[in-house]
Amino acid sequence: MAFSPTEMFSQEEQRDVVSTAKPENQTPKRGPVEVTSAHEVARNPGMPLDLSVVQAVRVNKSAAERRVASLPGRRSIKADAQAAWLLNAVTCIDLTTLNGDDTQGRVKRLCAKAITPVRPDILAALGMADRRITTGAVCVYHRFVACAVDALAGSGIPVAAVSTGFPAGLTPHELKLKEIEASVADGASEIDIVITREHVLTGNWQALYDEMRDFRKACGDAHVKAILATGDLKTLRNVARASMVCMMAGADFIKTSTGKEAQNATLLVTLIMLRMIRLYQSMTGFKVGYKPAGGISKAKDILVYQSLMKEELGRDWLRPNLFRIGASSLLADIERQLEHHVDGAYSAVKRHPIG
Amino acid sequence: MNVASYFDTMSYGPSSESDAQARQWLAGNKQQFGHFIDGGFTKHAAKSCFDVSEPASGKLLAKVSLGKKADVDAAVRAARKAQADWAALSGHARARKLYALARMIQRHARLIAVLEALDNGKPIRETRDIDIPLAARHFYHHAGWAQLSESQFPDQTPVGVVGQIIPWNFPFLMLAWKIAPALALGNTVILKPAEYTPLTALLFAELAKAAGLPDGVLNVVTGDGSTGALLVEHGGVDKIAFTGSTAVGKEIRKVTAGSGKSLTLELGGKSPFIVFDDADLDAAVEGVVDAIWFNQGEVCCAGSRILVQEGIAEDFHARLRRRMSKLRVGAPLDKSIDMGAVVAPDQLKRIKGMVEAGVKAGAEIFQPEIEMPDSGCFYPPTLLSNVQPTAAVATDEIFGPVVVSMTFRTPDEAIQLANHTRYGLAGSVWSESINQALDAAVQLDAGVVWINTTNMLDAAVGFGGKKESGFGREGGREGCYDYLKPAVWSKLPARETAPKANAPVTGYDIKPLDRTAKLFIGGKQARPDGNYSREILSPKGRVIGEVGEGNRKDIRNAVEAARGAKSWGTRTAHNRAQILFYLGENLSVREREFADRLREMTGVSAAKAQAEVEASISRLFTYASWADKYDGHIHLPPLRGAALAVPEALGVVGAVCPPEAPLLGMVSLIAPLMATGNRVIAIPSEPHPLSGTDFYSVLETSDVPGGVLNIVTGDSLDLAKVLSAHNDVDAVWAFGSPELSKEVEEHSVGNLKRTFVDYGRQIDWLDPKSGEGELFLRRATELKNIWIPYGE
Repeated sequence: MAFSPTEMFSQEEQRDVVSTAKPENQTPKRGPVEVTSAHEVARNPGMPLDLSVVQAVRVNKSAAERRVASLPGRRSIKADAQAAWLLNAVTCIDLTTLNGDDTQGRVKRLCAKAITPVRPDILAALGMADRRITTGAVCVYHRFVACAVDALAGSGIPVAAVSTGFPAGLTPHELKLKEIEASVADGASEIDIVITREHVLTGNWQALYDEMRDFRKACGDAHVKAILATGDLKTLRNVARASMVCMMAGADFIKTSTGKEAQNATLLVTLIMLRMIRLYQSMTGFKVGYKPAGGISKAKDILVYQSLMKEELGRDWLRPNLFRIGASSLLADIERQLEHHVDGAYSAVKRHPIG
Repeated sequence: MNVASYFDTMSYGPSSESDAQARQWLAGNKQQFGHFIDGGFTKHAAKSCFDVSEPASGKLLAKVSLGKKADVDAAVRAARKAQADWAALSGHARARKLYALARMIQRHARLIAVLEALDNGKPIRETRDIDIPLAARHFYHHAGWAQLSESQFPDQTPVGVVGQIIPWNFPFLMLAWKIAPALALGNTVILKPAEYTPLTALLFAELAKAAGLPDGVLNVVTGDGSTGALLVEHGGVDKIAFTGSTAVGKEIRKVTAGSGKSLTLELGGKSPFIVFDDADLDAAVEGVVDAIWFNQGEVCCAGSRILVQEGIAEDFHARLRRRMSKLRVGAPLDKSIDMGAVVAPDQLKRIKGMVEAGVKAGAEIFQPEIEMPDSGCFYPPTLLSNVQPTAAVATDEIFGPVVVSMTFRTPDEAIQLANHTRYGLAGSVWSESINQALDAAVQLDAGVVWINTTNMLDAAVGFGGKKESGFGREGGREGCYDYLKPAVWSKLPARETAPKANAPVTGYDIKPLDRTAKLFIGGKQARPDGNYSREILSPKGRVIGEVGEGNRKDIRNAVEAARGAKSWGTRTAHNRAQILFYLGENLSVREREFADRLREMTGVSAAKAQAEVEASISRLFTYASWADKYDGHIHLPPLRGAALAVPEALGVVGAVCPPEAPLLGMVSLIAPLMATGNRVIAIPSEPHPLSGTDFYSVLETSDVPGGVLNIVTGDSLDLAKVLSAHNDVDAVWAFGSPELSKEVEEHSVGNLKRTFVDYGRQIDWLDPKSGEGELFLRRATELKNIWIPYGE
């Protein structure tokens, strides 16, 4: 059955797709373009705020550090497997530009790269020419949503908009809701919201829940990623509790950072957020996605992130409907590694089209 | 598999560490090895050798010589010849050599890691990331102790020639644990690696030679248990350091009894892994992985006994089972596995047998459905839950990837279950409450306790057990003392055997008013169970009094009383200090009387008698002073956190007092024991026990709680045997004849109690250098190391 990343996030279209699905197309040939129905994820509807769960959260930092420190030694991904895992990472990238000097030209260039993230000759050499390898999404400020939607037309690549007064998230609540609605109206099918860190730092879980609930509602069919700004929350316990409250309030994804905090995504906060996703799933049955953002720029790093996803949550969380990577320079390093895999010679950034 | 199929499945591909260099090293030696003696390899003994094979495949790795008597003799000779010169080097000179060994290990780290993985079957991840770096760190750390030895251990000398027997589970790391402190402190070594895994020791010997270690300082004799036995029995060996099973450890204790060989034993365990309901459960689950699926569970300190609070047990087990399904078992050189091969077919058979018996006894078994290698010695990660304490799997060491699980209701019950074992090596406590965690850590009977972590090892932190897990510590300052002896003790003369007093010559010399000296048990004067008395003679053979003839039942009663006085150990140190000071005060009130008694019993001059009483008062003050000052260390292992080295009382200790110095000899033993929180059963000087029986009235006026010090008079040797064989006595100190030392060591085997004996050497009790001080405090306590990582 045909299935694009955009469709993944639209229940309306998914129903269409399911109804017109042809049995012979259900072979598990995967990628952002073709995914079997087995991989569809029921959207997290949220649940009433349960403070007992939030309060019961315990996180031991030293133990968590040991887990992430030993993982790279426990899982090594080499050769063909490595090339495959790197390509998988490409399909999960939210190719991002979030700068004050962004222009339409810049955004169009990024969209072109999103459509063709890896040189076709390299894909062919990897035996992957028949797979439509694109990035998971393009992520921009509201101002460029329409431009990106245009540029990506027909590609099936969704546009994500950062919103709610990104990155500090301190604009008036009503304006935040309006901002979401505006981006959705412009064609964004994913909204990356930022939470009010104050709610977490003061333990005001009800306020965080209410805020997130409103954001989710304003998004409508667009999927909502809750940016926790883990670098501002400081403690792993805060991260864990904020994760849980946002999921209870209906987040489709929980995401680490805006990329603007002093500390962005780390394996350590990833581990804690993944464990909360697992706990939430065991409580409700719903799978929530995860998006680390900022700070992941090396191919080697994303291999470890993916093995952590696989070990802590399972294979399902290695697909773009449950895993995204907020990154801008990671792709360039992956391209170099892929060419090295094909050629055996170390590559250079300039040998791959700029994004 | 190709890129597309990996892309579809997102599975892990093979990722194998190359074994080319290790194989090349083996081939370079024609896969045949001799022993390493006096700086060179002996010729491979083709007629007397054994096969060393790869557990993962069963394939032959090498043929290794089986050490015979001549080999052990030659190695001991070489070590002896080298020892004086090695010890005579400056600390700095030895530090340079140990530093060279540390650097050499780092330079050849990968070769050693690969060879170790091939030989043992453990994952390359562990040898590469844990075993070999820890071994290098051990040499660094002990290069430091060598450098500082003169300033830090000025009154100590090396033990001498040390025989070291190490196990197969951490062949290279155990080698480092044994060799580094021994060499640092001026000893020379004969190392006997395990039969299954001798290869990295041979590689190390070769590399050590190249690094400039002088000939004879390190010798490696390969072989099986018979070779180890030759080393243990060898008259030219001053100390045996053994790591291995409790059964073999007990055998070694028996064989070396009375030989004067110093002994440290690091033996088995069944260490509790306690999960309280306020723990980070995901962290604790990961802790179980590190506890029992590290090194295939072939770890003496493995957290093999999960105790989980009942209310969270179901949740915890569910998380654990899920985690187990993610474990990967495979070839040791595969870099994407969690577990490798069990060391040998025999071990695999043992594990299987024990698990089957456990299931038969009612345990619920869980083994995840994961891919297992088709051949080789592999066993899946296994959880046995709902295990009852009556099952063998709950009490006996399995030494495989099998964890048993039980529940508890309250913290008290957790501690009770945790401590209800013959072993006492390690424990792991999981709780996010500092009160809960530290309280449990202090109460666990174990040499090592990890809070919210497990299986952490470091050169700076002493490692070793309590109870039947052995004695002695490896690592840290405490570990150094196991390779040293007090200089003053090495020059002690043999004790003069007091001439047996003749039969009473001229009748009785009893004081005008008859006094009956009784036993003193549980704070009360008690008649001896047998109701016999023995006559006490003056030097001239006159009967000067009678004391009770204590027997085994009196010992039994005294041990029960001492066991009951448990709160002595949990009183504040200040409180114990006060009572010891007060004992001194009350003794001083009766100085004259005690001096007269000494003169009467031993015939010493008034001045000497007076000196002995004054020294006794001073000694009580010494240990009263120490009571709140012998307070351990904070170690600095490489982590965000600390390890608290806490000296803890041994428990119930028998003190067989020397025949000489009837008052001072007894005070010299009981005071350090009492100061550190032990409860004591003292057997006063056999020929001159009246100072001992006079002493109980001092106890009665000094607020000493009942049962803390019990006094049983009688035949020292007989009573010592009963005490030593008593399985509820934790230690025996015995000073007297060589025969006494031997009997005490031999009889201590049952529960491997700690012994402190003099092998018939005469201690000058009046000299504080030999008769009091930290040596006695060290022997009165055992260090528990509590690892406390922190961070929010």
